[in-house]
Amino acid sequence: MAVKLNVNSVEHTLEVPSNTLLSEILRDHLNLTGTHIGCDTSQCGACVVHMDGKSIKSCTVLAAQADGADVTTIEGIANGGELHPMQEAFRNNHALQCGFCTPGMIMSAIDLVQSNDKLSAQEIREGLDGNFCRCTGYHNIVKAVLEAQEQM
Amino acid sequence: MTTETGIGASVKRKEDARFITGKGRYTDDINLVNQTYLVFARSPYAHAKINGIDLEPAKATPGVVAVFTGKDLAADEIGDLPCGWMVKSKDGSDMISPSHPPIAIDKVNYVGEPYALVIADTPDAARNGAEAIEANFEVLEAVLSTADATSGPQIHENAPNNRSYDWELGDKDATDTAFDNAAHITKLDIVNNRLIPNAIETRAALGDFDSSTGNYTLYTTSQNPHVERLILAAFVNVAPEARLRVISPDVGGGFGSKIFVYAEETAVIWAAGKLGRPVKWRAERTESFLGDAHGRDHVTHAELAIDDDGKFTGLRVSTKANMGAYLSTFASSVPTYLYGTLLAGQYTTPNIYVEVQAVFTNTCSVDAYRGAGRPEATFVVERLVETAARELNMDPAELRRKNFIPPDAFPYETPVALTYDTGNYGISLDKALDLADVAGFESRRSDSESRGKKRGLGYSCYIEACGLAPSQVAISLGAGVGLFESAEIRVDVTGSVTAITGSHSHGQGHETTFAQLISDRFGIPFESVDVVHGDTGRSDYGLGTYGSRSIAVGGSALMSAADKIIAKGKKIAAHMLNSNEDNVDFADGRFTAADTNESLAFGEVAFSAYVPGNFPLEELEPGLSEKAFYDPANFTYPAGAHICEVEIDPDTGVTEIAQFVAVDDFGNVINPMIVEGQVHGGLAQGIGQALLEHGIYDADSGNLITGSYLDYAMPRADHLPDFTVDTTVTPCTHNPLGVKGCGEAGAIGSTAAVMNAVTDALGVIDMPMPATPETVWKVARGA
Repeated sequence: MAVKLNVNSVEHTLEVPSNTLLSEILRDHLNLTGTHIGCDTSQCGACVVHMDGKSIKSCTVLAAQADGADVTTIEGIANGGELHPMQEAFRNNHALQCGFCTPGMIMSAIDLVQSNDKLSAQEIREGLDGNFCRCTGYHNIVKAVLEAQEQM
Repeated sequence: MTTETGIGASVKRKEDARFITGKGRYTDDINLVNQTYLVFARSPYAHAKINGIDLEPAKATPGVVAVFTGKDLAADEIGDLPCGWMVKSKDGSDMISPSHPPIAIDKVNYVGEPYALVIADTPDAARNGAEAIEANFEVLEAVLSTADATSGPQIHENAPNNRSYDWELGDKDATDTAFDNAAHITKLDIVNNRLIPNAIETRAALGDFDSSTGNYTLYTTSQNPHVERLILAAFVNVAPEARLRVISPDVGGGFGSKIFVYAEETAVIWAAGKLGRPVKWRAERTESFLGDAHGRDHVTHAELAIDDDGKFTGLRVSTKANMGAYLSTFASSVPTYLYGTLLAGQYTTPNIYVEVQAVFTNTCSVDAYRGAGRPEATFVVERLVETAARELNMDPAELRRKNFIPPDAFPYETPVALTYDTGNYGISLDKALDLADVAGFESRRSDSESRGKKRGLGYSCYIEACGLAPSQVAISLGAGVGLFESAEIRVDVTGSVTAITGSHSHGQGHETTFAQLISDRFGIPFESVDVVHGDTGRSDYGLGTYGSRSIAVGGSALMSAADKIIAKGKKIAAHMLNSNEDNVDFADGRFTAADTNESLAFGEVAFSAYVPGNFPLEELEPGLSEKAFYDPANFTYPAGAHICEVEIDPDTGVTEIAQFVAVDDFGNVINPMIVEGQVHGGLAQGIGQALLEHGIYDADSGNLITGSYLDYAMPRADHLPDFTVDTTVTPCTHNPLGVKGCGEAGAIGSTAAVMNAVTDALGVIDMPMPATPETVWKVARGA
């Protein structure tokens, strides 16, 4: 099937099998390998991107559902050479170690902050419970999101 | 000196620049031209004979390129996956290591064991092909219980009673005498629950073969690419060592599970040679659950003997350790040399005896997982000590303090074969008591009770041993590899530096920490140092990263190479300054002649080394590049005090961690930010074991019930508290940096602290782990 979508402000028209997932379009067709695959059951959140401004798990979105959508991935959130405040806060607070969950975590955290008034640490913990991190124990991720929401 | 980026500074990480922008390069991000995709057919049975496999439907599947079974690998003389540590039983006999063909041939021994592989042009075609394989299995009775494994049906022909070994350490008679004379004996039966490592990046491999050179390249998710290369070449017989390059690029977490050499990458690299096309495999999450080596799974009876004065006089431990179906790469060492040897803990217990039976079951292999043996040892010791304090009605902190090895007793030789070089356990405990405001606990407990909640406090004073060493001792005890680390420092013409290490970073931040070391030592900008790792084509043979060894062993190797650079630099500088090398000092990035006080910058000497116009070529080779192999004189012994405070809702069984305090002595700290992060992550895994995580096999079918993230309870952000972490410092006495290692401490100390707190809250001596809401609810009701 033909799919037309805008990814990180670039229009793409692709011909893909109908069972193709958005995560596969991003990784395999557009070489945007910053979006990661960490599970098969839509639990881990490593594949989170923004579709039409909201965070979604791209492993559970079929190509047809993404047709006509505006998609933003981890590669598309920095403004030229300037990092997004959430990226900067993750670096500043050592909120990542192996880096594998990081793209999805950052994309979830951006939507969480954008969709809510000022969040408490506990609300951030609850808001990120769809994203697994096995390295950081989440302590510094919470710190980073608290810092970023002051900048966003 | 450059204090903002030198030793002791919380420098922001270099590697983050790529990870936060999506530019990390993990194995599955790499694709090669004309690449194929491999999918394994895996056993649905825990224990079965393979009476036949019909491959024809798979071969006929559109897009399928090739289908192979274990017989095809055997025909190419691909060998068994070996276990690299020989442990001997009490009677002196060698451990039994059953044959472990990478792809099962006649029999499958656990659910998920691969018995065939399908290679296709697309992942979908490979999956379709694998599903089309028809195997005729004759199902056998399975052995699933650790405790009862020795009386179950025999799994391997050469392993009667399903036993690999029956090992012992310590003086049995002296320990029995201590128990005969004890004033009090505390006893516990302990089940240390099976864990599944769950790095968020699943394992993956991409194999490539160049028929014009005969060279193989394997990209894979390994913590130790040189060990992978050695085993695949020397034991598994995939290719000669010189023809095989293993590249382990960015790796998304390991926690031990990516140390080992597995069936999957073996099949990938073999198939790449067979087909002459690149072959790629990436584990689905369920494959990771089924096949990544699991952790822990001990069943233990332990007893502590105590005299009238509250001094520990004896410790007696008997453990059954589940090895799973086969001995994984380093499995045999985990419940022995990384467990029994740690049972002295922080205490002066003079008599210790431990015996360990390693048993086979029809489950996934069990091997090193964050802490590897040391969490199990800490759990035994610290649960016993806490229980003894309750039985004796003593303050658990005071009972510990009474038995601590005193600071003036180091070096201290334990009754279980280790010599601790340094430590001061009392100051860590004092600091933890203060940070946790233990003095205010009773009022917090009253407050909880007034709200219908139960509050508890638990301690854990752990010790661990990092940087397994020295090689000669380990090899004499059965290790199949050396335990040094390699380093190379190449100074560029302009004075910038490439540091190449045999250590491997999969989250630890070596590119930053090691650059700090080099920058600090040479007095050059942090930005001028590039750290290279993870490629057998670029680094000398090294042992990789596990057991919290990178800074103590890999960092020390870099320091040795740096010393050689400076020694040569002094010779060059002496010539340039018309002085004598004995008169040349190196400090703050300058070589200075003491007699004339004239000096040269590090970069000037480097330039002269490579543009040798005025250079004593007859005495000295040009260039400035040095190598070192560092073999430690001893383990390092990080230790600390963890205090956990929980509040339990008896109506729901939910345990909330009210606070967690960890005070650790890691010796000198290079980057405090990174070290704190390592502690946080370890705590999360240790708390996960205590409250959430449990790898469970169905007792009848042998299916892994917890085979996905829907069933296995991973710690999420809202399960965990903010942590309070701090350090004390007694520098390691036998490495140049005075460092000990920090990667596993959090996972080693925390589990016992949590369970001590939960049992304190519930007012019980013991309860099963993990303390899930269901279990806690039942215990709270006395059910």
